[in-house]
Amino acid sequence: MEEVAIVGVGNTKVGEWYDNSLRGLTDEAIAKTLQSANISPKEIDATFIGPMSSGLFNQQEHISALIGPHSGIFAPALRVESACASGSSALRVAMMSIEAGYYNTALVIGVEKMTDLIDIGEVTTALGTASDGEWELGVGATFPALFALVMRAHMHKYGSTLEEFASVAVKNHKNGSLNPDAQFQKLVSMETVMNSRIIAEPIRLFDCSPVSDGAAALIVTKKDLAKKYTDDPVYVKGTGSGIDHIALHNRKDITTLESTKRATKEAFKRAKIKVKDIDFIEVHDCFTIAEVLALEDIGFCEKGKGGKFSLEGETALNSTISVNPSGGLKAKGHPVGATGIYQVIEVFKQLRNEAGKRQVTKNDIGVTHNIGGSGATSVVNVFSRGD
Amino acid sequence: MLMDTTKVGIVGFGVYIPRFRIKVEEIARIWGQPGEAVRKGLGVEEKSIPDMDEDTITISVEAARNAVKMAGILPEDIEAVYVGSESHPYAVKPSATIVSEAVGAAPITTAADLEFACKAGTAGVQMCLGLVKSGIINIGLAIGADCSQGRPGDALEYTASAGACALLIGMDNILVNIEHTESFTTDTPDFWRREGATYPSHGGRFTGEPAYFRHITNAAENIMQNTNTTPDDYDYVVFHEPNSKFPLATAKKLGFPKEKIVPSLAVRYIGNTYSASSMIGLAAVLDIAKPGDRILMVSYGSGSGSDAFIMNVEKGIVESRKGIPKVQEYINNKVYLDYSMYTKHRGKIKMN
Amino acid sequence: MSVPRFWRRIHSLYRLEGTKCSKCGRLYFPERNRCVDCNTYDKEKFIFSGNGKIITYSWVYTPPKGFKGGIPYCLAIVELEEGPRLTTQIVAVEKKKVKIGMPVEFSFRKISAEGEEGVITYGFKFRPKGYPTNK
Repeated sequence: MEEVAIVGVGNTKVGEWYDNSLRGLTDEAIAKTLQSANISPKEIDATFIGPMSSGLFNQQEHISALIGPHSGIFAPALRVESACASGSSALRVAMMSIEAGYYNTALVIGVEKMTDLIDIGEVTTALGTASDGEWELGVGATFPALFALVMRAHMHKYGSTLEEFASVAVKNHKNGSLNPDAQFQKLVSMETVMNSRIIAEPIRLFDCSPVSDGAAALIVTKKDLAKKYTDDPVYVKGTGSGIDHIALHNRKDITTLESTKRATKEAFKRAKIKVKDIDFIEVHDCFTIAEVLALEDIGFCEKGKGGKFSLEGETALNSTISVNPSGGLKAKGHPVGATGIYQVIEVFKQLRNEAGKRQVTKNDIGVTHNIGGSGATSVVNVFSRGD
Repeated sequence: MLMDTTKVGIVGFGVYIPRFRIKVEEIARIWGQPGEAVRKGLGVEEKSIPDMDEDTITISVEAARNAVKMAGILPEDIEAVYVGSESHPYAVKPSATIVSEAVGAAPITTAADLEFACKAGTAGVQMCLGLVKSGIINIGLAIGADCSQGRPGDALEYTASAGACALLIGMDNILVNIEHTESFTTDTPDFWRREGATYPSHGGRFTGEPAYFRHITNAAENIMQNTNTTPDDYDYVVFHEPNSKFPLATAKKLGFPKEKIVPSLAVRYIGNTYSASSMIGLAAVLDIAKPGDRILMVSYGSGSGSDAFIMNVEKGIVESRKGIPKVQEYINNKVYLDYSMYTKHRGKIKMN
Repeated sequence: MSVPRFWRRIHSLYRLEGTKCSKCGRLYFPERNRCVDCNTYDKEKFIFSGNGKIITYSWVYTPPKGFKGGIPYCLAIVELEEGPRLTTQIVAVEKKKVKIGMPVEFSFRKISAEGEEGVITYGFKFRPKGYPTNK
């Protein structure tokens, strides 16, 4: 059990917010978070912020200084980056600083304002910098293409089918339709997914998460200070992080996320749980294949059977394991640096029975799984309602 | 005149022809021309087109790699690299340095780009002959390569194609002995492209008699006179091949029977590869030649000049050419494009 | 791709030059300064044959900047016969012919170009083995 608790959260709705900025979105998330935790800016000892690439998306670096003061927070601030896992990594660093005794209370922010780039080639290139810039992006690889390489290899090795992958998108859109903060709140059919435009064969448009804007924040504090801010704190039971080669081609097995296995092992050990103890999970479904890999590599099903597991409905809301009750990256949206924090917020709400129509019925233990790049970084966090 | 006793010649040769083709009749269709008449008039069925990621440099490298493989030499032993082309991808920045790095000749080597319309490649051969014969270097690499462009609708569009030929010139393990070379050069502006212009311009029928025919005929006649040889002394003859009509007419005029020139006429199936044209014609002959065969080759470059060579095929060629892609194999490996795909391949669609 | 980022890798991109650990013989592509297996800095230049096979592939329709003219193109992970793997494009092949396990060989191609005026980057791509006869 880690010695920290989450006592308040806040986020913007995920979407394409052409009329709002990196700074504006973050300010909104911070204001909601302060209100949620009933905390004053003076009580915040430090800020940790995770954008993936404000430099490429917004021509803005140094956002540790851009964000806090604009919202009236002058605590020391630090940016943490691990591509799409930046938000979760920022939370880990915040927890470490608290457990090390440096700070009592920290504000953690995840943000990405992606639609300042309107040329899809530029967006693709900016995201592509999370792969091996010289040896993947530099030879024409994109993220959909890298995950397409994984998907093709998975289909070849395990006989997984396009229908199985499509079922992930259908399920996540269904969950997203129940989430008022989701970018897409619309049901989609198997036919829609399987007949959508090809992006990088075999990946089609509806296998992909969207380009999104969003900011999400939370307050993390020492366990024994938690009740000062809320009657229902959410406790971090365990955290784990794992890495692997940044380039897919250098990994031992293209169809396995070793980083996820490493992160899961650490997180479960620290939380003293087994996979069967998990009631629901937010996994990183940047592409449908990514959710399938997460199901397998975290251990919900046998390796190679993740797609079948999904197609058979085992991952639907309140079935065997509720996977991505928020709608996941697919439907809720994927403002990359913010995604890890949005996942924690979903777990926070589910554990506190605040998830409305998508509320899971079993909610003692919730987990987040957030990856960076094509899975070179993974962060797994385990949360619980009880201390 | 190259006429002393030190033997210098080709120690390896390689070609590369992109696999895409467009039929002459397909181009004629776009411009409302009588396709069959154009095809028969030129003696060209179809022409080669580079892939979208191919250019003069990439096809030079492919040809050079084939030549190095045939020669069985260490690439670092190549001490000169000349790339002759009228379609160097950069106006300033040598193709030859890229080719030299890619084949592994760099850094202890000299390198330069040459331009002399369609004879820049054979100019490189002469430069290598000079360096090797004088003892300055042991092995030189001379490449003729082009991804040529014809103005849409212009007569040149039917034939302007892509191909490369690389010759390694040295003294050891000679496959083809180059006995003599001499040139015939005047200032004859029959074809040109100004700096910054996309497409070349030409003098129409002026490119014939005062240009192509005058230079090739003079070069051929001079070299035969100076070596006391006649067409009967040659097993094959190779002339620059902008189409089939011109080299066939030249051979006839000089007294070479048709069967001595036909084996060189790759142009019928790949079009005019410009700087590579006569060199690919030579390679097509060398792919089938027997030891002891004697070859007369005359290139032509607009502007204008012709380089003539007398060559003797040596024994080693039979073993060395095994396993190296042949001109005919490249000709056979083809994918047809229609005119719209052709415009995409040749960068004629404005993307930005 | 900025000039220095491309230029310093020319030996690898143009002729598949990597390194071989002098102690344990492990091959690296691209080169590695230190062998991660035996912790030695002793190494020699190693030029890979350029023969390999396709491990997995995709046809890309939405490319990054600088690759638009070539779509759709085939992206693949190729395992070199000496062991190391790399990400590359497969060229000179019909779409329906590309398969996992297909033998491929080195081909020298343009990789990208920075607009009409920028530098052109060249390097390896792969094509079906035995070009042009495919025997």
